Amino acid sequence: MSIKYTEDHEWLNIEGDIATVGITTHAQDALGDVVFVDLPAVGTSFAQKDVAGVVESVKAAADVYMPVSGEILEVNEALRADPALANTDPLGAGWFFKVKLSDVSQIAALLDETTYNAFSQNA
Amino acid sequence: MSDLPASLQLTPLNALHLELGARMVPFAGYSMPVQYPVGLMAEHHHTRTAAGLFDVSHMGQLRLVGADAAAAFETLVPVDVIDLPVGKQRYGLLLNDDGGILDDLMFFKRAEDIFVIVNGACKVEDIAHIQAKIGQRCEVIPMPEMALLALQGPQAVDALARLAPGVEKLVFMTGGQFDVAGIPCFLTRSGYTGEDGFEISVHSSQAEALARVLLAQPEVKPIGLGARNSLRLEAGLCLYGNDLDTTTTPVEAGLNWAIQKVRRAGGAREGGFPGASKILAALAGGAGANGTLARKRVGLVALERIPVREHTALQDTAGKPIGEVTSGLLGPTVDQPIAMAYVAPEFSAIGTRVNAIVRGKIVPMEVVTMPFTPNRYFRG
Repeated sequence: MSIKYTEDHEWLNIEGDIATVGITTHAQDALGDVVFVDLPAVGTSFAQKDVAGVVESVKAAADVYMPVSGEILEVNEALRADPALANTDPLGAGWFFKVKLSDVSQIAALLDETTYNAFSQNA
Repeated sequence: MSDLPASLQLTPLNALHLELGARMVPFAGYSMPVQYPVGLMAEHHHTRTAAGLFDVSHMGQLRLVGADAAAAFETLVPVDVIDLPVGKQRYGLLLNDDGGILDDLMFFKRAEDIFVIVNGACKVEDIAHIQAKIGQRCEVIPMPEMALLALQGPQAVDALARLAPGVEKLVFMTGGQFDVAGIPCFLTRSGYTGEDGFEISVHSSQAEALARVLLAQPEVKPIGLGARNSLRLEAGLCLYGNDLDTTTTPVEAGLNWAIQKVRRAGGAREGGFPGASKILAALAGGAGANGTLARKRVGLVALERIPVREHTALQDTAGKPIGEVTSGLLGPTVDQPIAMAYVAPEFSAIGTRVNAIVRGKIVPMEVVTMPFTPNRYFRG
């Protein structure tokens, strides 16, 4: 199990070839109070960098990108019902979806925590 | 987000915003607080339940001075300026020769002048326009030395009356000169949130001292531009640049109430403002190109919990394009997605169903009356 990040301000908790994906503390802070999430349909396959969902605060909307290629296994229905979970527990109960990776070699290019933190501080 | 363009202007409260932990964004050429650490939602609710302090010093303040000032100003706006009593404030619209809206504004009749407040993003052009059109008939005096604060919310009067006894006697759209905790201010009982409250013009040199004494009141918290936008939209108030621009006329915008009878057909001072023939024809609703509106501003609520934002396309239920959203968000108080939009007139009746196209998907919406939240102005 390892936590990785993207320059699109998403985190991935990777166990084998399955990743749980959410938005980072920095991302939810920049967005403000999250009031709406649009989650992908279970069973849909996406390529890395495809738009897989949307997260909206009162003042802004942001796309959620697929951090890796793969198929959506599960989405967080609790987040759909209570989008504020993305603010109150972005790295835990505020997860967005689980994806089965089609190409685990993509993991190597994802950011580790130190690199992401340095990146987000300059974002 | 710490690196704002160096060319941005700063309001007299800039240091205070930073001290309070505000997130600063460029707005109308100024570095402005979009929200404080507590966040937009909490700021919005605080303003609806207690009192919020807004820095709106980016807005333009000016004075029109001279015996002919009211008559001269009437040539620029479709509004009754001459008969407005001293001590009262009114909403006005600066029009171009096609009847398009150059800006919306507030003006206040004082014994010695007409005090005008215009939008920050428009102020340079507005002042140049006013100077060019009526500068020969009255003095047009910009007031860049003045800051502007707004104190809004049901408890605003409690907080302000503690510091300036007597302000509680003012009613909506009146005002006067007061010392607030010893600081000379010109204030009006008005605002941009739909709530009771005040707008306070104060010299820049004393703006921070005034803000600090207001924030020291138990009811008052600082509120950013983000909540200002959600509050004004729930109140059904237009944002210039979104809901009004040079291509919209007052009649399309549903601002007929701002055109007093005396300036309309049959009134004592009928017409005499830019675009009058077009606007009077539209008001009369007569047949022909001038009398038929191309579109009307409406309020919409989404029937699903999906925010519908500005520039979202609108269709009828058969899929034909009928208009566009100009402002839209999830209203924190109404707790549902709300919007202002322009639609073809046949779709403007209350209860009409329209479809918004959000990311390629249909979001059903319904035309509703505005405001979305009841206005709570103090009318005595």
